[in-house]
Amino acid sequence: MNFKHKYFFLFPGLFVLIGILIFPIIFVVRLSLSGWNSYNPGLDYIGLENYIRLFTDDPRFWESFFRLSFLSVTTVILQYVIGFALAHMVWKDIKFKRFFRVLFLVPMMTTPVIMTVIWRTFFHESLGPVNDLLSVFGVAPKWLTDPVIAKFTVIIVEVWQWTPFMFLLLLAGLLSLPKEPFLAAAIDGASPVRKFIYVTFPLMAPISIGAIIIRLIEASKIMDTVYVLTSGGPGTSTETSSFYIFIKGLREFQMGYAASMSFTYLIIMIISLTIIAKVLTKVLLKE
Amino acid sequence: MKLMKTCLTALISSLMIFSPMAYADKWSDQFPHIKATGDIPGDCSYEKMSKKNYKGKTLKINTHAIPVMGEPTALHAEQFEKLTGAKVEVTHTPAGDLYSKAMVPFQAGQAPYDVVFGFSNFINDWKRYLAPVPKKYMNSPEMKDVTKSHMGVSSWDGTMYQYPVDGDRHYLKYRKDVIDNPEMQKKYKADTGNELRVPRTWKEYAQMAKYFNDWDWDGDGEKEYGSAEVMKKDDLMFAAFFSRSVAYAKNPRTPGGFFFDLETMKPNINNPGFVEALTDWVEATKYVPPGGTNFGLGDEIGSFGGGQTLFSFSWDDAFIAAMQDDSPIKNKVGAAPLPGADRVWNRVTNSWENQYNQAPYIVWGWAVGVAKKSKVKDMAFDYLCFFSNGANHQADLAIGRFGVNPFKNSDFDPNIYINSMGWDPEIANSYTQTLLDMEKSNNRVFPLRVPGVFEFTSAVATGTSKALAGQLSPQEALDEVAKEWEAIVSRVGKKAVQDAYAVGVKMEDNKL
Repeated sequence: MNFKHKYFFLFPGLFVLIGILIFPIIFVVRLSLSGWNSYNPGLDYIGLENYIRLFTDDPRFWESFFRLSFLSVTTVILQYVIGFALAHMVWKDIKFKRFFRVLFLVPMMTTPVIMTVIWRTFFHESLGPVNDLLSVFGVAPKWLTDPVIAKFTVIIVEVWQWTPFMFLLLLAGLLSLPKEPFLAAAIDGASPVRKFIYVTFPLMAPISIGAIIIRLIEASKIMDTVYVLTSGGPGTSTETSSFYIFIKGLREFQMGYAASMSFTYLIIMIISLTIIAKVLTKVLLKE
Repeated sequence: MKLMKTCLTALISSLMIFSPMAYADKWSDQFPHIKATGDIPGDCSYEKMSKKNYKGKTLKINTHAIPVMGEPTALHAEQFEKLTGAKVEVTHTPAGDLYSKAMVPFQAGQAPYDVVFGFSNFINDWKRYLAPVPKKYMNSPEMKDVTKSHMGVSSWDGTMYQYPVDGDRHYLKYRKDVIDNPEMQKKYKADTGNELRVPRTWKEYAQMAKYFNDWDWDGDGEKEYGSAEVMKKDDLMFAAFFSRSVAYAKNPRTPGGFFFDLETMKPNINNPGFVEALTDWVEATKYVPPGGTNFGLGDEIGSFGGGQTLFSFSWDDAFIAAMQDDSPIKNKVGAAPLPGADRVWNRVTNSWENQYNQAPYIVWGWAVGVAKKSKVKDMAFDYLCFFSNGANHQADLAIGRFGVNPFKNSDFDPNIYINSMGWDPEIANSYTQTLLDMEKSNNRVFPLRVPGVFEFTSAVATGTSKALAGQLSPQEALDEVAKEWEAIVSRVGKKAVQDAYAVGVKMEDNKL
């Protein structure tokens, strides 16, 4: 019997895949080989000129990339630690468990841009309430205008916004854990700390790896927080790769060059996240 | 017969004289926005527009977010709909996205919007996609009233592509109740040995701002500060930097380019004049309010308009905000030209000239054009003409949040501000005189309007913000900007940038 007609059923999915994934990537690659900008619109062909410029004459891109690496790794580590602690807390039988579970999710349900505007108001150095409160202790940090502190301000906002996502994944993981290893640990008289180190944490390793990788992918695209909070400043101290690509592409309209940066960034992210996933698997799963 | 003729003539004359008032009553009843003046006769008055019939046609507009320019766009769209029967769809877009929201479809050969709002310095990139303003509008009495500067800002080499709806320039705003206060003058003299007066130079500005920084000089129980400035990276800060640079770097004796040397297209941006201005600006970080180095335009307006600082300089908005009825400092502020400098750089002789120099900065402002591919161009131009007709314009000027600022010669009549906005006559006079003097100056600087203008201004924002953040010295920062400008010129093509820049230089050198 001829079953070739079955391939027709693949077409709808294939069309969608080509339309939303394959075509945009191919277009970005083609765009990156062109000099498309505000005064020269169109897909002309300039070879690898944009890539040569990126690798030989644009230290700002690489600075922003290393800054991004610092910001995303720091935020994800903090989100993981806090998220795990919160998930562990409401996993246990505590009072108002349901209330806390919902409460911890609230930041994630808010609109990032709007919340960042609110955070910017909080951290406003002359009008914001944070420095008003801190002035009681005689301190007034320059939350948004000091190149070092501004980085930590971005981290605070990112951690606040996205820890609930980590919390959600880890709580789901905790709830799906088998009960037997915990019963066995209890029979052996293991203390809560030992139970966590030797039972909970290892059992959560696969889920932790997934959660960390998902968050790293998201954190590496950090854009709206920087855009609203600092516009990449003071100077370039909080400028990340995605914000820099945004400036080059949509502010300066250097479409071809921005495409070459986007594609390079995509390749770097695929390679680095693959390495990170391998390392995490090796360390946490002890493979 | 003779008596009848006389009576008829008298009747017609009185009808002609009083007809505007009759229209004023009729139209201001329906449209309370113009209640102060009623309809003002003109080519695009309420009366004239009501005779147009655009029923069944749709006009699509992309404008700024509410309120600045977005609110008057929507308001006049609604009025236009009522008068002409047209359907007007208004889309509101944040300022940073206005350029790309129009540019992407323009470059793709589409016209999703018939009318696009943006900034006047977009003109070089946008002009090939915009329809020139038709002659009938160019010859209208309203257009003849537009100042020469703003005709130039809206046009490219004699052809107008952007319909004038707003006029912008940077000038100094100061707290009149402090600067003109004899007690403060005495105290300042005793403490510093200098006169307290409207600063003539940026050095004086800095001295006074430092003196009045971080203490409660107006007795309201809260600390006040020296100056509110737009210093936030990418938030129009480059325009603030140019405002500080013109005094040191725009030399009336060296025509041929402020931003570049027109002949060689070598950037002037890192010459000692600009470096001096950036050095001053870095110093200014010491007398702005806490967090002031992260102030965008909105923060600057709120800070000065709310009475937090002694000085401010940029667009009209902070001044208008300070003069609104709900402002704590209404009728306590003054307007003056941008400070000058006691020396100015001569880029030809490569030396400082030790003489006083002041230069107005006719900065870019709101602009609007009609897409060349629009299918309803007539209606689009009628809408823009209606937007800025006499009655709408005067009413819009009175509302600070609308962002509509003077651009017509008739706007420089102080009575408009005294009668309809309740301004103190002395302040109204100083405001209009300041604006008028800028129009008359022969040492003006116009915005950079060359292909890829955003690449140039973005490089300035990055470089100057690095200096403000202490990442680079002023000289290093501007050297970096100059290097980037050279690379941009090389990428865009020296000839293309030079040809475009020549148009701006003609205006600056008073040859256009």
